[in-house]
Amino acid sequence: MASAVNRWHDAIGYPLQTISENFMITVTDLKKTYHMGDIEVNALNGVSFEIKKGEFVAIMGPSGSGKSTLMNLIGCLDTPTSGTYVLDGDMVSQLDDVELAAARAAKLGFIFQQYNLLPRQTALRNVELPLIYRGISGAERHRRAAAALEIVGMKERTDHKPNELSGGQQQRVAIARALSGSPSVILADEPTGALDTKTSAEIMDILQRLNREQGLTVVLVTHEYDVAAYAGRVLTMRDGELVGDEKQTPRMTTQVVTMAGVAGK
Amino acid sequence: MATNIATLEGRGTTKSASSADIVFAPLQGSGSVSWSEIARTAFDSLLANRVRSFLTMLGVIIGVASVVALMALGDGASQSITSQIQSIGTNLLFIAPGQLNRGPGSGNIAAQNLSLDDYEAIVALKLPLNGVAPVAQTGGTLVAAAADKQVSIVGTTPSYAPLHSFEMAAGTFFDEVQARDGTAVVVLGANVAKDLFGSGQAVGQTVRLNGQPLRVIGVLKAKGGGGFGSVDDNAFMPIKYAQQRFANMRTADGNKYRVSSITLSVTNAQDIEGVQGRISALLRDRHGLDSDGSEDDFTILSQAAFLSTLNTITGLLTAFLAAVAGISLLVGGIGIMNIMLVSVTERTREIGLRKAVGARSRDILLQFLVEAVALSLTGGLLGLALGFMVATLVTLSGVLTASVSLFSVSLAVGFAVIVGLFFGIYPAQRAAKLNPIDALRYE
Repeated sequence: MASAVNRWHDAIGYPLQTISENFMITVTDLKKTYHMGDIEVNALNGVSFEIKKGEFVAIMGPSGSGKSTLMNLIGCLDTPTSGTYVLDGDMVSQLDDVELAAARAAKLGFIFQQYNLLPRQTALRNVELPLIYRGISGAERHRRAAAALEIVGMKERTDHKPNELSGGQQQRVAIARALSGSPSVILADEPTGALDTKTSAEIMDILQRLNREQGLTVVLVTHEYDVAAYAGRVLTMRDGELVGDEKQTPRMTTQVVTMAGVAGK
Repeated sequence: MATNIATLEGRGTTKSASSADIVFAPLQGSGSVSWSEIARTAFDSLLANRVRSFLTMLGVIIGVASVVALMALGDGASQSITSQIQSIGTNLLFIAPGQLNRGPGSGNIAAQNLSLDDYEAIVALKLPLNGVAPVAQTGGTLVAAAADKQVSIVGTTPSYAPLHSFEMAAGTFFDEVQARDGTAVVVLGANVAKDLFGSGQAVGQTVRLNGQPLRVIGVLKAKGGGGFGSVDDNAFMPIKYAQQRFANMRTADGNKYRVSSITLSVTNAQDIEGVQGRISALLRDRHGLDSDGSEDDFTILSQAAFLSTLNTITGLLTAFLAAVAGISLLVGGIGIMNIMLVSVTERTREIGLRKAVGARSRDILLQFLVEAVALSLTGGLLGLALGFMVATLVTLSGVLTASVSLFSVSLAVGFAVIVGLFFGIYPAQRAAKLNPIDALRYE
């Protein structure tokens, strides 16, 4: 466990304290214990790592490895049993419900396997949702949501409802929704799990571009090596512990699939 | 950064540089959801399930409509009764022989112990009255040239007319001279004149009563039913004439003229009780009753007391009906709670998502509470419209004038909102407490 972190520290070559302001995510000895009746389940058993600003990190592991629990903690959807979590300079591991909601709104953008778009709302309205909860007024909200849809190549589909869109298009809208609140980190939980290979590549291409060209930190949970290959670093979980932390050369999309180009069809 | 943006979007569109600038510009928000957004989301959600929303509202619609309509009908009935009683006259007291208050069978309707002398003694008291009039009542058949009619004969004095707010359709009421002399003249109620003479001129004609001729000197304007036999079916003549022409005008001992009743109008409403007391004392004294609390052998009815009793009864009846209608409002509220609980379950994923993108528990609570209140308030307003329609239909049908009061409107709508809040709070709390992780995983 500790060796994995140390290994990465060695790799980047300087001690934790001096570079902490360059870290987007700092997790130290994070534990999460669930009580199921009398049985205690250690879903997360002391996990520590840092993610630098602008990194593209994939978290891998079989089901039950604790990667979803870790994702929930990173996503401020849950609080750890013990340990600390610093997100973009703020200690969020001890926040209450209201403060966690504020942290989610201000710093995080979520992308889910099942897209989770509101079925009766247009794409634009779906993308506006995070802005509504931040109290952004009508015209500004509209402008930002439309711009976010343009970035993911869905400019022509702003008035479509989810059931009028393909899975890949829905996931693009979901990415636009994650972007619209101007987040520091994009958290993607199996974002291509429901998509075919070609569409998966398109979605990964968008995430990779956002990471490379906008400097967005992206944290991706997946169990597919093909998908993890787009990341610059892979954390591997097993039995509630971090067992692997490898830097890699990210795979670049070979097809020339432009975001705007796909949307234009 | 600008060059990077150009790379990102440059291949497809020309305006791309600005879109990334817009999205990644710092956000300045108020930090809380605006009310208009909450309301919009609530109505979106209700409109998405139109039939279900309408069926849910139906309980509140029916509840509010019945409260509004029943209160309007109750008020209308009460006003109609009051105005009919007030059309008899104002501040009236009626003195009748015997005890009328003891219920059917026990009273001595045929009591004949109220005499013209009693009337004169009351006049001699010089009470603060607008007027006082004795009534000697009997029945008879008026015969005219073309028709005859069974009527109620009222022998009285000229002061009877202003006491009962009579208005003349033609001619005049008899005067003091005619009353004192017992002149053979008669004033006809509207129906009597119409039945005897049709649309022709009645005043100046002669009718016969027990073979004796009576000159018609006046016809009253129609007053409509008063609940005690309409004056429209009466014939009025000097009391002295009636006493001389009818055999049954004597008291039991045969020494005095009997009267069927004495009507008097008190000048000021606050004097009614005092006047009633003094007359009661006078009559007990005159009738030789002990002051030990034995029963009166006469009855004094006060119009004011009668009215207030009547208003109490109609008020109680209205309140009772409104309460029954209120129960249907309550049932409607339970319907709202039920459907809101279903809605919370159905939208578990949506709630999870909203929380994930930054909604606080408070935002979710407010969202579902506003939806519940929107249901009940919309139902309340529709019910109000329905209640108005029912009241208007009843008024148009002519049965009575049902007027919807501001009080019943605010009561019904206010109650509807309270029902929404009360029955909406539990489902809303359930929604607000949902854990976003569990909610997002919910299938």
